[in-house]
Amino acid sequence: MNLVRQAWAVLTGRYLRQLYRQPAVIGITLTQPVIWLLLFGALFKKVAEIPGFGNGNYITYLTPGVVIMTALFSSSWTGMSYIEDMDTGVMDRFLTAPVSRGALITASLAYQAVTTIVQSAIIIAIGWGIGAAFPGGAGGVAALIAVSVLIALAMAALSNAVGLLSRSREALIGASSTLVLPLTFLSGAFLSLNVVPGWIAGIARFNPVNWAASAGRIAVGAHPPWATVGSYAGFLAIALAVTALLSTRAFRASQA
Amino acid sequence: MTETSGAVEACELRKSYGGKGKAGHVRALDGLSFSVPPGSVFALLGPNGAGKTTAMRILTTLSRPDEGRAVVAGIDVLRRPGRVRSVIGAVSQHSGAVGLLTGYENLALQGRIFGIPRKELRPRVTGLLDQFGLAEAAKRQARTYSGGMRRRLDVAAALVHRPAVLFLDEPTTGLDPEGRAELWAMLTGLSAGSGTTILVTTHYLDEADKYAARVAIVDRGRVVAEGTSDRLKAELEGDSVVLDLGDAPQVQRAEKALAQVPQVRQTSSEGTVVRARVADGPRALPAVLAQLEADGVAVRSVTVARPSLDDVYLHHAGRSFRQAEGSAVA
Repeated sequence: MNLVRQAWAVLTGRYLRQLYRQPAVIGITLTQPVIWLLLFGALFKKVAEIPGFGNGNYITYLTPGVVIMTALFSSSWTGMSYIEDMDTGVMDRFLTAPVSRGALITASLAYQAVTTIVQSAIIIAIGWGIGAAFPGGAGGVAALIAVSVLIALAMAALSNAVGLLSRSREALIGASSTLVLPLTFLSGAFLSLNVVPGWIAGIARFNPVNWAASAGRIAVGAHPPWATVGSYAGFLAIALAVTALLSTRAFRASQA
Repeated sequence: MTETSGAVEACELRKSYGGKGKAGHVRALDGLSFSVPPGSVFALLGPNGAGKTTAMRILTTLSRPDEGRAVVAGIDVLRRPGRVRSVIGAVSQHSGAVGLLTGYENLALQGRIFGIPRKELRPRVTGLLDQFGLAEAAKRQARTYSGGMRRRLDVAAALVHRPAVLFLDEPTTGLDPEGRAELWAMLTGLSAGSGTTILVTTHYLDEADKYAARVAIVDRGRVVAEGTSDRLKAELEGDSVVLDLGDAPQVQRAEKALAQVPQVRQTSSEGTVVRARVADGPRALPAVLAQLEADGVAVRSVTVARPSLDDVYLHHAGRSFRQAEGSAVA
């Protein structure tokens, strides 16, 4: 199929080569989550002792949260690449070639999926190294990685839409920093929703970041209720469909 | 649909930006029409802001006109943009090279997007790198290239799929004279060698004059004259008397004096230089000088010149090329 072939060409012929040429970027994307894991792990160590928190080991609780948060953070910058392509002639070069807009969006999302898978796997390994337990086993870990990819793609598509419509780095930085931290803290990524104020728990129900964090945490736990994980994943897929549609529309609008 | 013979046909293209009657409303194209014969080098010549880039964006499917029709290689641009994209190569003003990829990788990426099989792609990319003098730099990242090298890489990338029509928007802007001449040699060679139709926009009069088989002069969104540059110049039937006054305040007085000379058809000025269009330079010269002397205008030097494209532009657009460039910036 044309779309898949072209998306594959852009992914392997461009994005992955670019990444490989920038070892500093690889280093930073891998170091950041480690800092989060160690910092939050130390900072919030005692919260696991609060009655009602449920889980005794905070690192076990925190690791899926950091996986999701990292996926969210790094994917929120995806739109930068489009802005740069529009500033240079790269976007025009692609658009005057018979490449479908769908293929360009697919390539950018596929690239984000690849980096998210690698990042998530590394965070899980480090979490395990410093004492996190994953009683759900390999299946649970795979499910955690899968939901981290879903939330990353939903965010990446949104970031692409903002980038295409605003054509401005400042606007994307503003949108990203306004959205990402609140979404993370209005979820159960760091603290059990049993111990946070009621209004936060209420908002979290409708927060895709919370769906991802909850699904991931449940999946790596003992005897996961797969129906619950599946329904969270379903909601995430719907969120992804919405933002993907938005970015396709934005692509059309950016070409007046 | 009527039979079209040109490789590129633009027909009554109109395009405005911003709402009508609102502040910021710009009429970029105002009934632009021209026709490019197949296999030739054709230049759209005009000052900055004349609408050349807008025309290029429409012809290369990046933008749609409000009104009008465009046909490229026999394909309707508005109805079948996808098919047009597979037969054109486009080089925009900004480099389309991905900086972190090498020259070879940039061309290979372009070829893969077009679906050229790998076996075929390798020799084709190597051939293009040779042809454009980039063989030695093939393994270097494009961000390390000089401006001229980048431009050549852009042109090579636009040729990977062997397009029938090549579009270049201001390809020589920002290049030094040597780089400009090199690029033009490659373009004219390409048109002569493979019969590729080449449409170039430029605001350099001398380039259009020297290298393009045909020229369309664009002013304020319309084509005001079209033809070979020799014919355009011959059509003017006359000469320019070029007077250097050496002193700016004298210019206005000189123009006033020239207006009284019956042989003078039109005048224009730039800096301390005044140009007067006359039917026959040598014959008009005594009358011109006599009138200037009578009005007490001192002249530093006088030359009589055959018409240049500059004069052609002045004749059709009613203002000198430099003035038009100045007003576009303002």
